[in-house]
Amino acid sequence: MTTSNPLVEVNKLSRRFDVSKPWLNRVIERTDKAYVRAVDDVTFRINKGETLALVGESGSGKSTIARLIVGLLDPSEGDIHFDGKSLKKGLKGGEARRLRRRFQMIFQDPFASLNPRWRVTDIIGEPLKVFEGGLSSLERRKRVGELLTLVGLSPEDGVKFPHEFSGGQRQRVAIARALAARPDFIVCDEPTSALDVSVQAQILNLMKDLQDEFGLTFLFISHDLSVVRHMANRIGVLYLGRLAEVADSKTLFAKPRHPYTRMLLDAVPDLEMTGRKRKKVEGEIPNPINPPPGCAFHPRCPFANERCRMEIPQLLWNGEGETACHGVEEGRI
Amino acid sequence: MQPVLSVKNLTVQFPTRRGTLTAVDNISFDIMPGEVLGVVGESGAGKSMTGSAVIGLIEPPGRISSGEILLQGERIDNLGPDQMRRYRGKRIGMVFQDPLTSLNPLYTVAEQLIETIRTHMPLSPADARKRAIKLLDDVGIPAAERRIDDYPHQFSGGMRQRVVIALALCADPALVIADEPTTALDVSVQAQIIDVMKNMCAEYGAAIMLITHDMGVIAETADRVAVMYAGRIAEIGPVRDVITDAKHPYTAGLMGSIPTLATNSDRLTQIPGSMPRLSAIPKGCAFNPRCPHAFDRCFVERPEPIASGTRRVACWLHAPEEQAA
Ligand SMILES: Nc1ncnc2c1ncn2[C@@H]1O[C@H](COP(=O)(O)OP(=O)(O)OP(=O)(O)O)[C@@H](O)[C@H]1O
Ligand SMILES: Nc1ncnc2c1ncn2[C@@H]1O[C@H](COP(=O)(O)OP(=O)(O)O)[C@@H](O)[C@H]1O
Ligand code: SF4
Ligand code: SF4
Ligand SMILES: [Mg+2]
Ligand SMILES: [Mg+2]
Repeated sequence: MTTSNPLVEVNKLSRRFDVSKPWLNRVIERTDKAYVRAVDDVTFRINKGETLALVGESGSGKSTIARLIVGLLDPSEGDIHFDGKSLKKGLKGGEARRLRRRFQMIFQDPFASLNPRWRVTDIIGEPLKVFEGGLSSLERRKRVGELLTLVGLSPEDGVKFPHEFSGGQRQRVAIARALAARPDFIVCDEPTSALDVSVQAQILNLMKDLQDEFGLTFLFISHDLSVVRHMANRIGVLYLGRLAEVADSKTLFAKPRHPYTRMLLDAVPDLEMTGRKRKKVEGEIPNPINPPPGCAFHPRCPFANERCRMEIPQLLWNGEGETACHGVEEGRI
Repeated sequence: MQPVLSVKNLTVQFPTRRGTLTAVDNISFDIMPGEVLGVVGESGAGKSMTGSAVIGLIEPPGRISSGEILLQGERIDNLGPDQMRRYRGKRIGMVFQDPLTSLNPLYTVAEQLIETIRTHMPLSPADARKRAIKLLDDVGIPAAERRIDDYPHQFSGGMRQRVVIALALCADPALVIADEPTTALDVSVQAQIIDVMKNMCAEYGAAIMLITHDMGVIAETADRVAVMYAGRIAEIGPVRDVITDAKHPYTAGLMGSIPTLATNSDRLTQIPGSMPRLSAIPKGCAFNPRCPHAFDRCFVERPEPIASGTRRVACWLHAPEEQAA
């Protein structure tokens, strides 16, 4: 794997949501329109065959980025390239379909993402109909059977409905459906957060096996740093819609540079009971409608200074990774 | 020393049209004064049911079908609803996953704290307010004197959970039952809340029954831990022993399946299958279909927790007669 072989390039991506009160309320209460910058000027690339993880706390913009990449949402600004082609220029017809089939998404809640009235055969067979219209129904059923086997279920499970499965099995069905289109890129938005840990281990192992077998590229989204460390080659840390730090997994855990990354790492419970000393984590995530000026992390940051309160830090190369922090740039952290 | 809480052979059942389901099946444990007992297990293991049984909040038709619950030596499982209501708040404080289940949105924090304090303690309104402010200050609410007159929705999620902790402790209970107190919170806030809860209970002298699915929270907080599986206690003992040297095959599998910052292997240990439904709990040891060590006896006879060093382990591998054989 060469490091300069990007499959996905996200460039200055932003997405705003209008969260204003209804017009009449605004007039009566004399309030302005309100916006959330759910994703704000985010740039990263994902190389072929690697797993890039995005971590961040609730509301940091993880799911919004996932949706933007797979085309469930349109960007307010910026663009996304997939295998060198811009996804912005309203691709049409055959080319759009050829490109679309190459990326798929797996969601957090496998129940909500599977049609409850469809049998599993039809759920997994649906992308086959769209992308491999040439298959006879017999061939299609055979292929569904193969996919079910691949994810650790049995071909006989095809006749069942989603509610007949446990949470972990439903996530296997969702993975089989994602694989049906033979994608090379899968966006996984908290694929195991709704699962028990013993089942989470099964699904994480399965995803790694499938990645090895088919050379898949993953964008893996999670709020759990331990899971991310296990899955990712590179990691991006999000805070209030912006990237705070991007580094390869080893570097990020061995030498976290951004104060927010350090704080997140300090908050991970010490399961090995090594007696690792923990720094006290301060404060909570501010309201995203009205984020603090300058570096949005400054009210919680022990290193904040005047510049931090005024100027938004840009993501800069620090020698081993990228950080958006004035303190790191100035060499005081 | 007398335990704060003694649960003896507790069984909780739900009659349904298709037969009786047993959600908690003959479990026993004690919590000593000042101790933090963690109760851990995957969803449906019976953790919350056990907590609900202790505070007398099992929803009918569910009921305690056998066993005893003693609070400071006194039976509380057979009290009437009115008596039980007096115990809750006074002698047992509660903290739930969603702070809004414990807080009334229509009243200010001051009103709720003062009302609870005065229901259980002979204090004047002014003294009760003083106590309430001190509690809020102790749980880390900045400017407590001013914030006390705010409504719950004016606080962030983490701050609300701090208020709930203050409310749970305001009448000096002997025991606090906390059911997934940090599950709904952000990672960086979870650690703060755990700290606050632990320090507050130590300061106010309350023991804690900490129910969670998160082994990390247990490792950070508990003195002892009970690992539940399919309504039963698989293993119970000092946290360090259980975590670093699990004896029950389920605990061992569970520990191996959790990725940690130190995990170096490429694959996680995985336990095959998933926890059985209540309507299909296997005969013998409930873990037998998933257990790599199961042998004949496991499919016939149910293992009860057996003393093994500092612990009790419900597994035939640890029965003296099997170890001799
Ligand atoms: N459709 C929408 N309308 C308005 N605001 C939205 C919408 N979708 C997301 N947001 C806001 O954008 C921000 C980012 O949300 P997003 O769902 O991407 O966060 P996340 O990182 O996935 O969080 P979580 O960990 O809770 O899943 C949040 O403040 C959220 O409230
Ligand atoms: N009202 C009810 N009727 C029937 N079964 C119930 C009811 N409430 C809970 N249960 C069952 O009791 C078991 C234990 O539940 P619970 O204590 O909530 O588990 P945990 O808190 O460990 O996730 C579960 O299998 C659950 O489905
Ligand atoms: S830019 Fe300033 S406030 Fe922001 S993380 Fe760096 S030092 Fe802290
Ligand atoms: S009793 Fe048997 S089946 Fe159950 S955990 Fe022990 S060895 Fe495994
Ligand atoms: Mg999300
Ligand atoms: Mg529960």
